Amino acid sequence: MTAVVGPPTVTTVGPVPAGGPPPGRRRRALRLRAAAGFACGAALLFAVAPLVLSDFRLSLLAKYLCLAMVAVGVGIAWGRGGMLTLGQGVFFGLGGYAMAMHLKLADAGPGAMPDFMQLYGQLDELPVWWRPFASPWFALPATVLLPMAVAFGLGSLVFRRRVRGAYFAILSQALAAAMVILLVGQQGTTGGTNGLTDIQGFFGYDLDDPVNQRMVYFVIAACLLGLLVLARQLIQSRYGELLVAVRDGEERVRFLGYDPASVKLVAYVVAAGMAGLAGALFVPAVGIISPALIGIVPSIEFVIGVAVGGRATLLGPVLGAVAVAWARTALSERFPGTWTYLQGLLFVLVVAFLPGGLASLVALARRRGDDGPPGRFTLWRKRSRTETVA
Amino acid sequence: MSGPDGLAIRDLRVSFDGFTAVDGVSLDVPPGDIRFLIGPNGAGKTTLVDAVTGLVRATGSVRFGEHELLGRAVHRISRLGVGRTFQTSTVFEELTVLQNLDIAAGARRSWATLVRRRHGVPDEVAAALDTIGLAGHVDQLAGTLAHGQKQWLEIGMLLVQDARLLLLDEPVAGMSHEERDATGTLLEKVSRDRTVVVIEHDMDFLRRFARTVTVLHAGKVLSEGTVAQVQADPRVQEVYLGHPVDAAGTAPAGTEA
Amino acid sequence: MTVLFGQLFTGVSIGAVLLLIALGLALTFGQMNVINMAHGEFIMAGAYTTYVLQQTITGAGVSLLVALPVAFLVAGTMGVLLEALLIRRLYARPLDTLLVTWGVSLMLQQLARDVFGSPNVQTRAPELLTGNIGLPGGLTVANNRLFILALALAAVAALTLALRLTPLGRRIRAVVQNRDLAAVSGIATSRVDRTTFFVGSGLAGVAGVALTLLGPIGPTMGTNLIIDAFLVVVVGGIGQLKGSVIVAFALGVLQATGEYLTTLSVAKVMVFVAIVAFLQWRPQGLFTLRTRSLA
Repeated sequence: MTAVVGPPTVTTVGPVPAGGPPPGRRRRALRLRAAAGFACGAALLFAVAPLVLSDFRLSLLAKYLCLAMVAVGVGIAWGRGGMLTLGQGVFFGLGGYAMAMHLKLADAGPGAMPDFMQLYGQLDELPVWWRPFASPWFALPATVLLPMAVAFGLGSLVFRRRVRGAYFAILSQALAAAMVILLVGQQGTTGGTNGLTDIQGFFGYDLDDPVNQRMVYFVIAACLLGLLVLARQLIQSRYGELLVAVRDGEERVRFLGYDPASVKLVAYVVAAGMAGLAGALFVPAVGIISPALIGIVPSIEFVIGVAVGGRATLLGPVLGAVAVAWARTALSERFPGTWTYLQGLLFVLVVAFLPGGLASLVALARRRGDDGPPGRFTLWRKRSRTETVA
Repeated sequence: MSGPDGLAIRDLRVSFDGFTAVDGVSLDVPPGDIRFLIGPNGAGKTTLVDAVTGLVRATGSVRFGEHELLGRAVHRISRLGVGRTFQTSTVFEELTVLQNLDIAAGARRSWATLVRRRHGVPDEVAAALDTIGLAGHVDQLAGTLAHGQKQWLEIGMLLVQDARLLLLDEPVAGMSHEERDATGTLLEKVSRDRTVVVIEHDMDFLRRFARTVTVLHAGKVLSEGTVAQVQADPRVQEVYLGHPVDAAGTAPAGTEA
Repeated sequence: MTVLFGQLFTGVSIGAVLLLIALGLALTFGQMNVINMAHGEFIMAGAYTTYVLQQTITGAGVSLLVALPVAFLVAGTMGVLLEALLIRRLYARPLDTLLVTWGVSLMLQQLARDVFGSPNVQTRAPELLTGNIGLPGGLTVANNRLFILALALAAVAALTLALRLTPLGRRIRAVVQNRDLAAVSGIATSRVDRTTFFVGSGLAGVAGVALTLLGPIGPTMGTNLIIDAFLVVVVGGIGQLKGSVIVAFALGVLQATGEYLTTLSVAKVMVFVAIVAFLQWRPQGLFTLRTRSLA
C-alpha cells in the first residue's frame, strides 16, 4: 500500500506537495518529521514558553496565538482556496462577542444585567437576544457555530453566483465595515465603541489571578495545536488537492463535474469557525472585545501575518501572525509612528516581491542543501506567472 | 458499464447580443463515432460545444442518450458523462499528473472520502495512465509536462471522469507529427466505448482519423458525411477549402488546400 | 413632503460624494482590473491640499477654486507614481495589488499624521456655500451639497465627453474592451494605463476637495469612504460609467432612506444586504461588457 505523503510540517510551500507513491522509507521519514515537528512545537508552547516568559509576556503570547488561529484559517481560505477574505474580523468578533456576552452575564450573576447596561440605563431588562448566552451550553458552541453559520449564509450566496476575486474581497471587507457600524450603533446592548470590557471571571476562575491566566494560555496553545492538526489533514486530503484545483482553475473543475461553490464554501466556513474559536479565546486572554479589534484594519492585518509567513503553507501563517504581532508590540511601544511605516512597507515588500512569504526563503535554503526533487515546488503559485521571486 | 450513447442536437441556437453564433444546427453523432467538426473561424464550432456543455445559454434541444442537456448546470451535464477540453490546455499545473487524474475521477465521491488522504493509485486512474502513456510521469507537476503530454493528460482526465461523450477542442494544435499520430491512435482506442467529437483545423489529421465530418459555416450545418463525401461537396470547397487561409494556415504542407 | 424631499436630497448628495470617489475607481478598476486601496488616501491628499492652499490664499472661495485643479494634479501625480513604481509590476495579480496598495495607504496615512498631526483639521467654507437655498413649497437645500452634486455631475459629463470624443478617450475605451487587441493595433497600452491612473487618481483629489465642505480633514478620512465607493463600482459593473452613476445615487438614496426609517447602523447593514441580494441577480454588476472568453 502506498500513501500520499504530505509536506514536512515546516516546509510546505506553494502548491500541494507532490503526491503519488514515494518509497516507503521516505514516506515514513516525512511522517516522522511531521510528528517530530509537532512534538517540538508542543514542547515549545507547553514547557519552554511558560518557563522562560514572564506572566506578562506569556499573556501577550496567548493573545498572539489567538491571532495565529485566525491565520490558520486565512491560510486555508486564501492560500489554498484563493479567497482573499478581508473580513475575518467579523468571525473573530462573533466568536469573541458570544464568549464575552456569556462571561459578562456570568460576572453579573443570575438574573442581573451586565454592568454597562445598568450604566447606560436605557434598558429595564436583558434584551431577548442576550438571554440564551447565559447558558454555557449555548454560548460555547455559538462561539464557533455562529461565525460558521454567517460564513455559510454569505458564502453560499456569493460563491454560487460566482462572485470571486476582487469582488469577493471587497464584499468581505464591506461585511466587516457593516458589522462594526452595527456594533457601535447599538451601544445600549453591545457596549458600542467600548465593546465588552472588564471581564472578571472565566467559568468560575478569577482572570486577575496569574495562575488562571496561565491556564487560559494552555487552553489557547492546545486549541492552536488542534487547529494545526485539523488544517494539515484538510490540506493533505483529497479535498485539499481539490481546493487548490478550484483556486487555479475554477471553471475547469466545474467541467469535471464538481460544484466549485461547495468546495470553496467548506474552506470559507472552516476558516470562519477557526476565527470564531480564536475570538472566543481572545476574550479571557485579553479581557476585552471591541469593534476596534474586529473592523476593517484588524481584518486586513490578519492577512498581513499570513502573507509574511507564507500564505500557502501550514505553519507559515502561524509564525507570520505571531511574528508580526510581536513586532508590533515591540516596536509600537517605542516608536509608534515608525511601526505604521514599517507595517505598510512590510506589506508592500512581502506581497509584491516575496509572494510565497518567508516560507519560500526557508524552502529555497532547504532546497539548496537538500535532496528535494527538482520541480516539486515553485515560489509562486499562479500558472501564468513564470517569473519567480527571490 | 452500458454502451456509449449518441448525441442528438436539434435546432440549436445561440446568440450574443443580437449576433447569432449558432443558427439552428441539427446533427446526430451516433454512438462510437469519431466526428470532426470543421469550418472557417467564426463558424460556431466552439460555441456549439459551449452550448452542449452548458457554458452558454442556448435554445433548441441537445440530447445525450436519454437526457436533455440544455438548461442544466455545467457540473450536472458533466456528471451525465459529457466531458470536454479547451483550445488552451487547462490542466492544474501546480498539481501532479496523479493528482490531476484523481480529481477528475472524483466528482461522485462522498465528502467522507474527500476529507481523507488518497492511498495509492485508484484503478481507473492507473488504467487511464496506461492509455495516455503517462504512467512514467505520475508524480510530475502537470505544469512541467510537454505540450502534447498536457493534451493527453486532459484526455486522460476525461477518461477517468468516465465521460461517455468527449468534446475535444483542437486537441492536436501545436503538436508534432508523432504526437498527432499518437493522439489519433488514442482517439481510436477510446472511441471503442465512447462517442468522440473533435473540433480540428488540421486536414491531414482529419483525413486519417475522422469517421464522419460535419462542416459548419456561419452558424449552420453546411455539409455532413464521410471525409470523402464532404471533400467532394462543392459548397464545402467554396466556403472552406476555397479560403486557403483557413485550411493552409493550420494544415501541414502538402494538403490540397 | 418636505421630509421626503429632504431625505431624497440627502440621499442624492451622499450619492454625489460616492460618485465622485467611485468615478476614479471605475476607471482604474475597469481598465486595469486593479483594486487601488490607496485611492482613499488620494482623497485625503486632495483634502489636505485644500487645507494648505487655504493657509496661503486667504479667500475661502478663491482657494477652493484653486484647490480643484491643484488637488487633481497632486492626487494624479501620486497615482502615476504608484502605478509606475508598484502596480505595473503586479499587473497579473489583482488581489496582491489590493494588499500592496493597502500597505501604501497605511504609509500615506502615517505621513499625513507626521506632517499635519493626528487631530483633524478644518477648512473654512466660502460664504456662498454655507447657506441654504429656499425652493417653492418650503423646501430647502444646502448650498454646499448642491455644489458637490454639481461637481459630481460635471465630472461625469467631462469624463464621458472625454472618453467619447478625444483620441485618448477612444484609446482608453479600446483598452478596456480588449487589451490585447488594442495592443496589437498599435496602442501603447502602458501609456494609456498611466494616463488613466492619472485621471482616476486626480478625480479622487477633486473628491477630497469636495469633502472639505462636509466635514473635518483627517488622516483616516479615506478608509471608510473607499469601501462604499468600491461597492458602487462592483455593483455598477466595470467597463462603463453609467452603472456607477446609477448605483451611486441608488445606494445614496437607499442609505438615506434606511437611516431615516431606522438608524445609521441598521441602514449600513441594510445596504450591505441589498448589495448581496443584487449580486444574486446580476453577479457581474448592473452593466457588463460582454466578452467571449472562458470565465
